[in-house]
Amino acid sequence: MSGAELGLALSVFLACAVEAVEALTIVLAVGVTRDWRSSFYGVGAALVALAIISAVLGPALTALPLDVLRIAVGGLLLVFGLQWLRKAVLRAAGLKALHDETAAFAKERAAAQAAGSTDSRAIDGYAFTIAFKGVLLEGLEVVFIVLTFGANQHDVGLAAIAAGVAVVTVAAAGVAVRAPLARVPENAMKFAVGVMLTSFGMFWGGEGAGAHWPGADAALLALIPGTLLVALASVLGLRRRARVGAPA
Amino acid sequence: MIDRLRSIWLAIWDFVVGDDWQLAAGVVIALGLTAIVAGTGAVAWWITPAVIAVLLLTSVWRAAGPR
Repeated sequence: MSGAELGLALSVFLACAVEAVEALTIVLAVGVTRDWRSSFYGVGAALVALAIISAVLGPALTALPLDVLRIAVGGLLLVFGLQWLRKAVLRAAGLKALHDETAAFAKERAAAQAAGSTDSRAIDGYAFTIAFKGVLLEGLEVVFIVLTFGANQHDVGLAAIAAGVAVVTVAAAGVAVRAPLARVPENAMKFAVGVMLTSFGMFWGGEGAGAHWPGADAALLALIPGTLLVALASVLGLRRRARVGAPA
Repeated sequence: MIDRLRSIWLAIWDFVVGDDWQLAAGVVIALGLTAIVAGTGAVAWWITPAVIAVLLLTSVWRAAGPR
């Protein structure tokens, strides 16, 4: 496996695992509190919707001219990557609460309990809708990352396998512990994914815009640690600023 | 109908642009500048990383609020 393929597989795996943990928390909360059957119908319907979106978007993306694809995909990856990195930096600096799956689970469960009850034989509309929305919204980001990374590297198959492995791993862990996966180092994973998306976004966006990277693909070996350094420097700078600004 | 279209637009905006619209605008500027400079035949690869570094630093600094 080449370095680019490894980067592709690792980025997709980490991004999909993070999204799967968030989706799992929502499905567990409505399943435990309301109705498993309706929750699973919601998950199934969301997976069908995601498959249709992938089937429509995939060929459309790969049919674009390479430079147009690279600048569009690079730009979107940069926007997504910077959003992830911004949140991860603020969390690492202590300026934003860490994403707590146990708290998220408790919040979803309370909301599910507060919603009205339904006939036990009928489909529970609340459980179906919440599970559907949770899986669809988290899944959309996964689909986007799989298609864009895969299309750019001409290896949608590898990206899809990495995504599938991530989702199955998280689902299996969820079934095994039957509780929100609170111990997953979500912020560290988001930090890593933010760095990868931003680095690949700069690389493909720059190429699509007509820039020639020194060393061609090897430029990624400088872009990834460079992005990591800027992000870590931001965390240190923000922590120092908070210490200096704190009352004595 | 208008409410539904509005909520769809807001969901797309939130999905693509997120918390800080200036990041998205900065990305467009970075890639646009790179394309303009590359079009003149000058070395342009450094523009995107430089603008992105500034964008990230200023975005987190703004989010941290005034001292």
